[in-house]
Amino acid sequence: MTTAQPGSADLELTTEPLLRTEGLTKHFQIGNTLTRRRTLHAVDDVCFTIGERQIVALAGESGSGKSTIARLLAKIYRPTSGEIFFEGKRISSLRSRHDRLRYSGLAPMVFQDPFASLNPVFRVSHGVLRGLKLHRPDLDSKQQYEEARRVFDVVGLTPSADVLDRYPHELSGGQRQRVGFAQALAMRPKLILADEPVSMLDVSIRIGLLNLMMTLRDSEDVSILFITHDLASARYIADRLIVMYAGQIAETGPIDEVMTNPKHPYTQLLLSAAPDPRAPLGVDAETDRGEPPKVINPTPGCRFRWRCPIAIDVCHSITPPLEPIADGHEAACHVAQSGAEVKAFG
Amino acid sequence: MADRAPTAGTILDVRDLSVEYLLEGGIVLAVDNVSFSLEHREFLAIVGESGCGKSTLLFAIAHLLSPPAEIVGGSVTFKGRNLIRLTDEALNAIRWKDLSVVMQSAMNALNPVKSIGAQFKDAMRAHGVTSRQEIASRSAEVLKMVGIDPVHLQSYPHQLSGGMRQRSMIAMALLFTPELVIMDEPTSALDVVAQRSLMVQIKELQEQFGFAVIFVTHDMSLVSHFSDRLMVMYAGQVAEVGSTRNLFDSPAHPYTAGLMEAFPSIRGPRQALSGIPGSPPNLTRRAEGCWFAPRCQKVFERCHAERPDLYPVDGRQVRCFLFDGTSAPPRVAGEDEGGELT
Amino acid sequence: MAFRIPSGTTESATVAPLELAELPGLDHPSGRRQSPAIRALRRMGKAIRSNRKASWGAGLLALFCLLAAFPELIARDNPSAIIYKVSLGPSLHHLLGTTGLGQDMFAQVIWGTRPVLEIALGVGLASTAIAVLIGVAAAYLGGFWDAALNLLTDVLLVIPLFPLLVVIAGYLHSAGTAVMIAVITLTGWSYTARQLRAQALSLRKRDFLEAARVRGERPFYIIVVEIIPTMTSLLVASFLTNALYAVLFSTSLQFIGLGDPSQVSWGTMLRAAENNEAFQTGQSLWIIAPGLCIVGLGAAFALLNYAFDEVGNPALRPLRLSQKRAQRRKIAKQTT
Repeated sequence: MTTAQPGSADLELTTEPLLRTEGLTKHFQIGNTLTRRRTLHAVDDVCFTIGERQIVALAGESGSGKSTIARLLAKIYRPTSGEIFFEGKRISSLRSRHDRLRYSGLAPMVFQDPFASLNPVFRVSHGVLRGLKLHRPDLDSKQQYEEARRVFDVVGLTPSADVLDRYPHELSGGQRQRVGFAQALAMRPKLILADEPVSMLDVSIRIGLLNLMMTLRDSEDVSILFITHDLASARYIADRLIVMYAGQIAETGPIDEVMTNPKHPYTQLLLSAAPDPRAPLGVDAETDRGEPPKVINPTPGCRFRWRCPIAIDVCHSITPPLEPIADGHEAACHVAQSGAEVKAFG
Repeated sequence: MADRAPTAGTILDVRDLSVEYLLEGGIVLAVDNVSFSLEHREFLAIVGESGCGKSTLLFAIAHLLSPPAEIVGGSVTFKGRNLIRLTDEALNAIRWKDLSVVMQSAMNALNPVKSIGAQFKDAMRAHGVTSRQEIASRSAEVLKMVGIDPVHLQSYPHQLSGGMRQRSMIAMALLFTPELVIMDEPTSALDVVAQRSLMVQIKELQEQFGFAVIFVTHDMSLVSHFSDRLMVMYAGQVAEVGSTRNLFDSPAHPYTAGLMEAFPSIRGPRQALSGIPGSPPNLTRRAEGCWFAPRCQKVFERCHAERPDLYPVDGRQVRCFLFDGTSAPPRVAGEDEGGELT
Repeated sequence: MAFRIPSGTTESATVAPLELAELPGLDHPSGRRQSPAIRALRRMGKAIRSNRKASWGAGLLALFCLLAAFPELIARDNPSAIIYKVSLGPSLHHLLGTTGLGQDMFAQVIWGTRPVLEIALGVGLASTAIAVLIGVAAAYLGGFWDAALNLLTDVLLVIPLFPLLVVIAGYLHSAGTAVMIAVITLTGWSYTARQLRAQALSLRKRDFLEAARVRGERPFYIIVVEIIPTMTSLLVASFLTNALYAVLFSTSLQFIGLGDPSQVSWGTMLRAAENNEAFQTGQSLWIIAPGLCIVGLGAAFALLNYAFDEVGNPALRPLRLSQKRAQRRKIAKQTT
């Protein structure tokens, strides 16, 4: 961990970002005493930052590690190695119940499945009120109820008093997801970890939720880590994009930059495979079958090399580090880093 | 099997098909007098959101409905015979040989304790193929057709990746080279690259072997490059049906237009989108007027009082009073009305 | 049913491809705003009414409860009074005759209902309560706690139940109601704990539990407030099963002499009858009467359980309503 020396001039210039990860790694042991014990590398050496009032999209296919990262940030899993810094402090060093509770309010999670994310036996006010009780003890119960109504209004569940009284089965999927956001908002978060919040919703309802997320960023001063597999919706709301493949970051940068000038072959593949009715059908993607690997006991080298049409020798022996290619734009690709043009797909 | 010579004519004709669900809370008309026809080798995409009745329609055509769902009217004429009136034996003769079905999730449709090869064998035996030689060679052949190495005949479903499982489902559906293959969201469980690859594969197979396809999905953009015709369903009815390109370029029904607007684009300028306000209707309450009226941007009085029929417009059919020929036909939606994101 | 009606189990079996999941739920005809507790009770009531076996069971149980609550209204005689002529056959004066010791058998049978029912309900409640806390805690906490609680459960599960009961009860000499409840509960909770643990395991990964966790709730809160209320129908079924076994075990213990001989109960009647060689001396009613009652009460619990199988697993629900309508329509179609 780097620390600025006290008294150094750099101290004033260095503002710690809201969230920073360093070498974040998570391995799972699979197998038991009867089968061979192997190590699944879900996340390997991931470094990224999230600033205030930013929506950062974390995109990738299944097995890329994106959901694992959300759970690491929510402290559901503990990292195998590496650190997570929130507002400059290591979250692994949060020991007391008070500190851990405080963190869970600052970085709450919104889940993917609207049908499973609310307890069916309670009214939808239950989650919000519990959250307020745990995280806003300074408010009395009347004020807590008012705050619950306020957050329901913010997420568009109006009339809030009426909706608060309902049961989950009386709401539609889109409304339930809004309740999820309201629950997060009630705890006055700085960063919402949204794990594929719109994937299970109908298409015409997604836009409403995506617009809501932008509103939260702009008027509630909340950052959002938007985990998704859909680049189009990432582009619609995110400021920055992180593309993950097989547990590692393939490319990251300002979203327009990355999507108009993708430097990593995998990003190019994703872009060319994404359905876009307004564009003619790209023909390259059909050659790739779309089988992201399960990373078990990996050997060094780029994990994309077997699917990459432009892989060179070094790709097979050295794992490419994430290096800057242009301003704020980083890619983990030997070919891109060598300065050569990357034209793999599309 | 050799390529089929293109045959003209209709292979499937659905007339006034209606399906009801008998539920404790009421009777739901999940499919309401749906009619359409399908030509040989045609790729028809049926698109709609949850609750629109598209899967129910599909199951009704394939005669796979079970209580509390029930066909209460209409006919499904396949190659001249009404499937609804057929006996089980007659249906079995048609199933898989002339008409086959690909389900949404391979893991639900494939037997997890049998190898792929064993399941192909079961399917073929059930339809009268007994020669071991023939079974083995045809199984290998269909797997090769979908791009899977025949060595996987020994594999179990859980040993294959998601994409490969879906492909083997399609292979199984093609065992007897049927003339019609019905697919219920076969790609929804797959990632975007696998999805694209599978769609391309399906299209290739269709062109090579000449079968018609009915493809049900909630994601319009997925089928935009593959389907010949597109049918949009809402609240159990056909809202709009016509050639795919036509619908994408200039959607007529306000719902179709709304759906188009709900897809953020990967390329092109960033635009503020609004989606469609409200949520799909509760089908137990019979509506007075058009089902879509409560959410429609272009609604007017008549929409709340009467129920629109399907009106022909410019090569397609639209269930909307705007196109019934009485009022001056409005500008067809598609013109850019959205604002730019600052 | 594809509607996500909250039930005790995790998944509602889908009978047909109805994708109405996005719709706001169908309103109950009498109004929307019913708490899940009331709705659960209504559903249970409906399940019992619509299932013939369960209706019989409910009726039987109600009858026994009446007998246990107001025995004096039905049986005038004092059941313990040894004042009658011995071994009389049934007559208008003594509906079941008298026992070999001169007691009115009918009174004995009626008054004997209360202790049995008390034990059954007591064991049902206590076993289920212990089992749910241990089973669900083991499932939710996982890891060390799961292993430790499982060890405890498994040990008790493996020890043969009846011999254990005999040893314990023998130690305590005469076992009254309270002791019976304690003994049977302590030896019997483990089976239910296993079942509830399995159910809770399937619930563990549900998002709303993860949501509670990331919100900062304590494990105890999550187990008691978030998990257990979603398992109500399984809990009711467990209660009924444990009550049934309590009836059988307690009367068996009393039969072999480990009960309280001064207590009037079906089991003690059986013991007295056996001691006096009732069958051999032609007083078979002395054995048959309490025997039938035991069977009757046990059957009541068992029959009621059928209703809860259905509430828990909608796939088992008979499609009677829709099948009838389908029949009517088919007939109507054929005649037009």
